[in-house]
Amino acid sequence: MIPVADFWNSTVGKKTVVAVTGTILVGYLILHMVGNLNSLFGPGGAEPRVDWYSGWLREIAEPLFPYAGVLWLARVILLGSIVIHITGVLQLNSRNRAARPSRYPARRIGRSWESGTMLVSGLLVLAFIIFHILQFTTLSITVTPLEHGAVYFNLYNAFQEWYFVVIYLAALVLVGIHLRHGIWSLVQTLGLDSPARNRGIRYGATALTLVIVIGFALVPVLFWTGVLGAPETEAAIASLAGGTA
Amino acid sequence: MKFKLEIWRQFETGEEGHFETFEVDGIDPEASFLEMLDQLNERLTGEKRRTVAFDSDCREGICGSCSLVIDDTPHGPRQVTSCQTYMRDFEDGSTIRVEPFRSTSFPVIRDLVTDRGALDRVIQAGGYTGATTGPQPEPNSMPVAPEVQERAMDAAICIGCGACVAACPNGSAMLFTGAKVTHLNLLPQGQPERANRAIAMVDQMDQEGFGGCTNFGECSRVCPQEISLDVIGMLNREYRRGRLGKRPKDPPAMRAQ
Repeated sequence: MIPVADFWNSTVGKKTVVAVTGTILVGYLILHMVGNLNSLFGPGGAEPRVDWYSGWLREIAEPLFPYAGVLWLARVILLGSIVIHITGVLQLNSRNRAARPSRYPARRIGRSWESGTMLVSGLLVLAFIIFHILQFTTLSITVTPLEHGAVYFNLYNAFQEWYFVVIYLAALVLVGIHLRHGIWSLVQTLGLDSPARNRGIRYGATALTLVIVIGFALVPVLFWTGVLGAPETEAAIASLAGGTA
Repeated sequence: MKFKLEIWRQFETGEEGHFETFEVDGIDPEASFLEMLDQLNERLTGEKRRTVAFDSDCREGICGSCSLVIDDTPHGPRQVTSCQTYMRDFEDGSTIRVEPFRSTSFPVIRDLVTDRGALDRVIQAGGYTGATTGPQPEPNSMPVAPEVQERAMDAAICIGCGACVAACPNGSAMLFTGAKVTHLNLLPQGQPERANRAIAMVDQMDQEGFGGCTNFGECSRVCPQEISLDVIGMLNREYRRGRLGKRPKDPPAMRAQ
């Protein structure tokens, strides 16, 4: 038999794959969060810093890679990770259900509620990711004006609406719930823990979760409260005045 | 003391079970849970009714035979084996629910007796060493660092009762298997089979139909021997290293004092 198949077919091996893909996704979240902080530099006159950053993401490693090559490579890796992560989890979950007679015992003994709701929080986060891509990547949710390449303009308009702010903050809470158990759990699954390190790992997981959630939450909150002002590019001013989307 | 007992009755494997209610009276608060069941059974024998079947052996908390879920908690409220659970821990006149340990891999044989042979087969798959028996070796020929010895012995105290499986929402036997792997893989006697031990035991565990670990930690909270969740980390580590063909890291060596 192929060793890869053996690894994937065992509960421990499959969980390890789930942990590795989870690590990739957490790593991406950190990069995404740091990238987002570019919008905190404000409208910045002719070209907002976050617009420049978005362009730069597409020009990484040119001419070694084609335009947006690295970006697409990252997207493929992320999509693959998400698919493998979810497939592994669903297969493990059906196995776990089969290992246990239904509805027994009624009493749960002190597990954290985050750990008990991983499946729900994970699937809701997946739904949010799809919504988020439709809104800011494919620019398909045109409730507020959206324009290609004008990241600051798009963010500013979206987060003037309270319901978008609520949706994004709610999604961040779900991400936080998922990560608080997930980060600690992946360390345990990869066997990187040790009795001496475990306390630190638990606190570290909570701290990293908070950093990620707060880092992401800054953007919608600062736009909504008006700390980050209206875009100043000519196209944006014209667009807002004319009401074109 | 006086109690109302709701006890799981099932005549044989595969038969539909049900709860039957019994009243017991005149129970000594210092009686253990099993002694209370003995009193009930003596009465049932007198009345020529079928007694309640349950597992017991040493009755001093070390054999791992008891397999009762008392009030929805494996072994009962005190995180000790059922035989070490005393009636003084229950409120006089209260209703107590008694079920067998349940898992798809632990078929009920009768009433409160379950077949936990699945755990024995996990042991057969890798929970042994090939060290020769016979005269004791000279202790200084094989030094073991105190920290290593402590970790190994903390895992070795597992009595294999299966409460971890009964408590786990996934019906996983990872705490049991992790304890055995930690115990044997840390000590010199376990080294020859080390690379393959975790793989063989995990494969057997999967074949027996146990679920996987999602790090809820409930197993460790009911374990009468207080085995730490750390052993699952160790099992994951040993399994991954074994599968990827890396030589597992040696336990730390003795240092000169």
